[in-house]
Amino acid sequence: MNAAIDNHWYPVAMISGIDAPRETLLLGKKITLGCEEGTCWVKDASGNALPTVERFGHLWTSPGQPNRDLFTIPEADSPGRRLVDVGSVKVKCSPLRAVENFLDIAHFPFVHTDILGAEPHTEVDRYDVKIREEVDEVWATKVKFFQPQAAKSAEGGITTEYMYRVPAPTCSVLYKTCPPRPGEWDVITLFVQPLTDEWCEVWPWMALYDDDSTMSEMVSFQQLIFMQDRSILENQLPRKLPLDPGMEVPTQADMTSVAYRRWLKKIGYTYGAQLVAA
Amino acid sequence: MILYDYVLSASCYKVRLMAALLGKALTLHAVNFHPGREHKSAEMLALNPQGTLPVLTDGDTVLTDSADILRHLTVDQPEWHTEEDERWLAFASDLNNSLGLARLHDVIGYEAVIDTARAAGVMALRKLEAHLTEQRFDGLIFLTGKAPTIADIACFPNTALAPDGGVSLDPYPSIRLWMRAIRSLPGFIEMPGIHRLHELAHPA
Ligand SMILES: N[C@@H](CCC(=O)N[C@@H](CS)C(=O)NCC(=O)O)C(=O)O
Ligand SMILES: [Fe+2]
Repeated sequence: MNAAIDNHWYPVAMISGIDAPRETLLLGKKITLGCEEGTCWVKDASGNALPTVERFGHLWTSPGQPNRDLFTIPEADSPGRRLVDVGSVKVKCSPLRAVENFLDIAHFPFVHTDILGAEPHTEVDRYDVKIREEVDEVWATKVKFFQPQAAKSAEGGITTEYMYRVPAPTCSVLYKTCPPRPGEWDVITLFVQPLTDEWCEVWPWMALYDDDSTMSEMVSFQQLIFMQDRSILENQLPRKLPLDPGMEVPTQADMTSVAYRRWLKKIGYTYGAQLVAA
Repeated sequence: MILYDYVLSASCYKVRLMAALLGKALTLHAVNFHPGREHKSAEMLALNPQGTLPVLTDGDTVLTDSADILRHLTVDQPEWHTEEDERWLAFASDLNNSLGLARLHDVIGYEAVIDTARAAGVMALRKLEAHLTEQRFDGLIFLTGKAPTIADIACFPNTALAPDGGVSLDPYPSIRLWMRAIRSLPGFIEMPGIHRLHELAHPA
């Protein structure tokens, strides 16, 4: 038992994908889950019911007693958005590494070449990062980046503005300028289920304005992007996320990652983390 | 020509790659294979009762096997064929049933006896390495000769993606050279897990 780790909500399934009860892992422990007559349940290995929340198309649970409700994404509720269940991809990496990679814009030109970034546009300008104490979340705002194809719905290159949010230790939400609707934000999330401290199931989910693409096209686009990250995540060293400063030298682009690590340390979230220099 | 396509499928990538190398245009129709299981939808089963991807339609012709599709795309191009191709097309399905299965298991949770799939994949890679090493002794870089054929295109994807399924390519230098030769072909396109070669645009 470690309250600082257990008392959070974790995604464990995409609700539309639960056709029969099944087993999975959460924080290294076996759980079972299922949905019957429109209600989903989760049980631990001893058969005890665990708390559940159904939100963002996914089933969430907690092995502890979460002291607050699962976060919300009010923007995702606005009408006209299409909610995209992307499904999951399993990755042999620390859950914190998966979130950190999602927060890092500097890898776009190298990993998502000609889609989310392109050489020579590799510079990341100054942006604002802070831990919003009142909600206890990490936020990065005013992140601007040139993108050859920002979304399935984008025609040609544009400068995209991003906001990144970490509302829970293994979840991140990004808001990005939406090509067909200036003034609105597309919402793309990364919900990470820590199977173990070095293995995760990643459930991306999106709430987009896009009237042209088919659902399958939006799903493919996001899976393409995420699979480009997978081999990099599986080869990252050190395997666990170092929380102590000084081990990896941060650049301007990494300020979100620095804030994320600092916040994890502050709240005592050490699952998938490395505390002392190896 | 319409390719019913799944972006993470090694077998669909064979077709996309072949068309790109030939400079032939394909209309891609995205199929939500995962998580939607759309390849088993009524619409797709009507097109391909086996419920697999890729499916290619060209006018009234419907092709449901990647090897058939590679033959179809190159039908008027003898330079993409040799007599040796057939056995490598069969070998490509062994790769798909071993390395390809291990990859789908590791990435999207496909049902598989993972150790068996990986072991069969390693056996196949050893065979491929031995063959490509012999080819190199004869001064040949591709599977059946000096130039690439549909055999190379069929075997390349699942081999290159082996690490996605937890099978390392480190022990196979001849395979790595062969993959480099394929990645150098004019018109080469990538897929997630298979990178283009980095251009040495500005040599010092
Ligand atoms: N015979 C096929 C096999 C391709 C294949 O394995 N396709 C997978 C997707 S990568 C598939 O459709 N699997 C669905 C199933 O087996 O039910 C070919 O090479 O064209
Ligand atoms: Fe990425």
